[in-house]
Amino acid sequence: MAGLAATYGSGSMTNAISCIEKADVILITGSNTTENHPVISAYVKRAVTRRGARLIVVDPRRTKISEFAQIHLRQNLGTDVAWINGMMHVIIQEGLYDKPYVESRTVGFEELKRMVAKFTPDFVESITGIPGDQLAAAARLYASGKPASILYCMGITQHTTGTDNVKALAALAMLCGNVGVVGGGVNPLRGQNNVQGACDMGGLPDVYSGYQKVADPALRAKMAKAWGVAALPEKPGLKVTEMIPKAESGEIKALYVVGENPLVSDPDLNHAEHCFQHLEFLVVQDIFLTETARNAHVVLPSACFAEKEGTFTNTERRVQRVRKAVAPPGDARDDLSIICDLSTRLGYPMRYEGAEAVFAEMASVTPSYAGLSYARIEKEGIPWPCPVPDHPGTPVLHMGSFSHGKGIFFAIDYIPPAETVDDDYPLYLTTGRVLYHYHTGTMTMKSEGLMDRAPECFVEIHPSDAKNLGVAEGTRVTVTSRRGSIEAVARVSPRVRPGMIFIPFHYAQAAANRLTNARLDPISGIPEFKVCAVKLAKAA
Amino acid sequence: MGEDGQNVIIINGNPYAFEPGETILEVARRHDIDIPTLCHLKGAPPTGACRVCVVEVEGAASLMASCATPAGSGMAVHTETPKVVAARRQVLDLMLASGNHNCTIRQPDEADWTAQQLKVMQEDQAEELCPVWGDCRLQELAFRYQVTAKRYDPAKTLYPQELANPFIVRDFSRCIRCGRCIQACNEVQVNNAINFGFRGAALKIVAAGDRPLRNSDCVFCGECVQACPVGALVEKDTRYRVRPWETTRTRTTCSYCGVGCQLDLHVADGRVVRVTGAEDVAPNYGSLCVKGRFGYDFIHSPERLTTPLVRDGNHLREATWDEALDRVATGFKAIRERDGADAIGVLCSARITNEENYLLNKLARAALGTNNIDHCARL
Repeated sequence: MAGLAATYGSGSMTNAISCIEKADVILITGSNTTENHPVISAYVKRAVTRRGARLIVVDPRRTKISEFAQIHLRQNLGTDVAWINGMMHVIIQEGLYDKPYVESRTVGFEELKRMVAKFTPDFVESITGIPGDQLAAAARLYASGKPASILYCMGITQHTTGTDNVKALAALAMLCGNVGVVGGGVNPLRGQNNVQGACDMGGLPDVYSGYQKVADPALRAKMAKAWGVAALPEKPGLKVTEMIPKAESGEIKALYVVGENPLVSDPDLNHAEHCFQHLEFLVVQDIFLTETARNAHVVLPSACFAEKEGTFTNTERRVQRVRKAVAPPGDARDDLSIICDLSTRLGYPMRYEGAEAVFAEMASVTPSYAGLSYARIEKEGIPWPCPVPDHPGTPVLHMGSFSHGKGIFFAIDYIPPAETVDDDYPLYLTTGRVLYHYHTGTMTMKSEGLMDRAPECFVEIHPSDAKNLGVAEGTRVTVTSRRGSIEAVARVSPRVRPGMIFIPFHYAQAAANRLTNARLDPISGIPEFKVCAVKLAKAA
Repeated sequence: MGEDGQNVIIINGNPYAFEPGETILEVARRHDIDIPTLCHLKGAPPTGACRVCVVEVEGAASLMASCATPAGSGMAVHTETPKVVAARRQVLDLMLASGNHNCTIRQPDEADWTAQQLKVMQEDQAEELCPVWGDCRLQELAFRYQVTAKRYDPAKTLYPQELANPFIVRDFSRCIRCGRCIQACNEVQVNNAINFGFRGAALKIVAAGDRPLRNSDCVFCGECVQACPVGALVEKDTRYRVRPWETTRTRTTCSYCGVGCQLDLHVADGRVVRVTGAEDVAPNYGSLCVKGRFGYDFIHSPERLTTPLVRDGNHLREATWDEALDRVATGFKAIRERDGADAIGVLCSARITNEENYLLNKLARAALGTNNIDHCARL
């Protein structure tokens, strides 16, 4: 998100999901779309099979969606900036870019041009392993798309260079005049139901709701007045990936964790567990006794989505209703009333008639949500920004101009991943999800049917590596990184490239995150889940 | 409406404007004129397979399938003439006779009726009527057109039911071969898992060389189940357990990925018993994935937390809300006094609502006095 915000002035999907229906060319990278966003993948598959849209997939794994692609480029892990710069090199070299758009709507083109000059197809091949002619063909195909849409996911962001990757994609889209255009755009597919909403609502250390900066004295004063306090803290807070290590150093003494399971989802889990042990006071509010809740001092039982009123904001910024269908079990309560009760006990009373009253207060202090109300989204959700009550919502951002005026080209050089393979750890590991499970599995693993389809963790390994290591389909293997070790069964498959393995991160019993690297992107604070070095052997 | 009659069609004597390329059915639906359909699936190309939507077009030699016939300027269409009704009755009659349609509307002579019911019960391994009784397009139309299948012998069952997966029961004896499931799979979800196999009377919907779904390309999105107009494709969990008139529906947003599919939770006796996609709204227009449609067991899991817990030494014990919340408030206040508010961190959540996240942001900054709030968007 930081990458898009820097380039365009706003960090979210630029276009509506339905824009996929209008795209001439679609570029998907770092997204196993059919397994992680199945309903969006259907939009893409329909565009290709029924309308003749052309699809480019750039992904090291042979994913299902790549079977629909006209061109599938399989890059080495952690080399995204190189292939994106390579595509821009070809597009500039061959004069395929949108000159009027670049001149009227962007700044920084000359710097970009100088940077990508060295990223010739041959040079890019030496880094990414993508054959130069294929890269050039993909570049020409993307440039020919009128319009062309880019879809990406965690395969782009979960790198130490994640922000760079996104800025490079954002530049590629602007270069071809695809931003602020129906059917185009740069579209991060959000992995969790309300990750967009959690960001929008000020669930970030440096902003209030609607991305209003904590550091801005005027906004601080506005929020203090709205909330009836004399002053609000000035210093931007810590990111989650900073809070947990600071538990070890003692700067963080207490954590209040609501609906999250960091003790499966965090990178370098062994270290994260160690950090949690140092907490003086841990409060967990969840629907299950998760791995994290087991370590808590107080556990507060909450309601799931079917048991409460409210709204979620989806990946295309569409604000949609959540409605209560059943009562929470036992004494469990919805999070809203727990938070109000706790706040009141902390000496800051919160009393609301219900979720709608909270929404109304939020909208009154949040410009991008100001025109929204439960009445307006009763039948169908509306995408923000929606500044006034008669505004129709904004399916496509940046039409006419960018949020901060002109779009900025960032000239980005290629930096290798934080950890590369060597003699001791000769294989690359990447992680991800499978269709039948969701994040840390606290919900999906309660379903017999889903467990029947995807019962246990596995290690996807290329047949050539499997042969060298004496591993066959179903062999139990041990995978070890510098940080930890797990055991799982091998699945021998050409879906991965030689020299790399894939492990889904859902399974607490064989948590892939015992292996992953906690090195962070310096700007977004996102860990490099998608690349680390490991070794693999038959289990003892 | 053009004054020269351009792009105007006459339906049942009334003129209606149409967009070039629109079918007769689409124009009629847009103007609330009811033409029944079975195989027609919105959003997929028409197949004209079932012939239930036939209409009379003046000057045409035969009845036309309204789903597949483009509207034409000056075309005069009649949707419910005796000829149309007779054709629909014949189609429905054949369908009703073709399988285990043991709804009460089917009434051949009494001895046959009993024999048929006993046969179906044995094949269903159940003493219940058809699992979609009361929720079946064929039953509705058979009732509307008073069709009984009296003229035909009951059909033999050619293929056994497929029960070998956790989500979907395939009952070929109730399949009317309308092809809606194939359209749903190949045109809407584009999973290309099923198609027509075999020929003539042996026609069957097959997955990957006539294998069970679990050994095919099927990803259990259930689009086919939602599209099936009869009892040939039924959710395994719901079958026989829930009848539609025993449930209420609540429209809400799926809680899995960020697509935010709109869905209906079907509730009976305070429990969610079935999930279907909302067909009339963005972003999913009825589509769901396996998690959204079938992954709702967690809601009523016995492992759900039902009471607050507090730590006593090495173990967690049950507590009242008062005790638990007081302990939280006291704990936070003590740490804030000793180490300052920035020694406390709040992790809000990509799983909870906007309203709850907004309040957590308010609690962290206004009540606790720290900007240490974040969530796992990055993880």
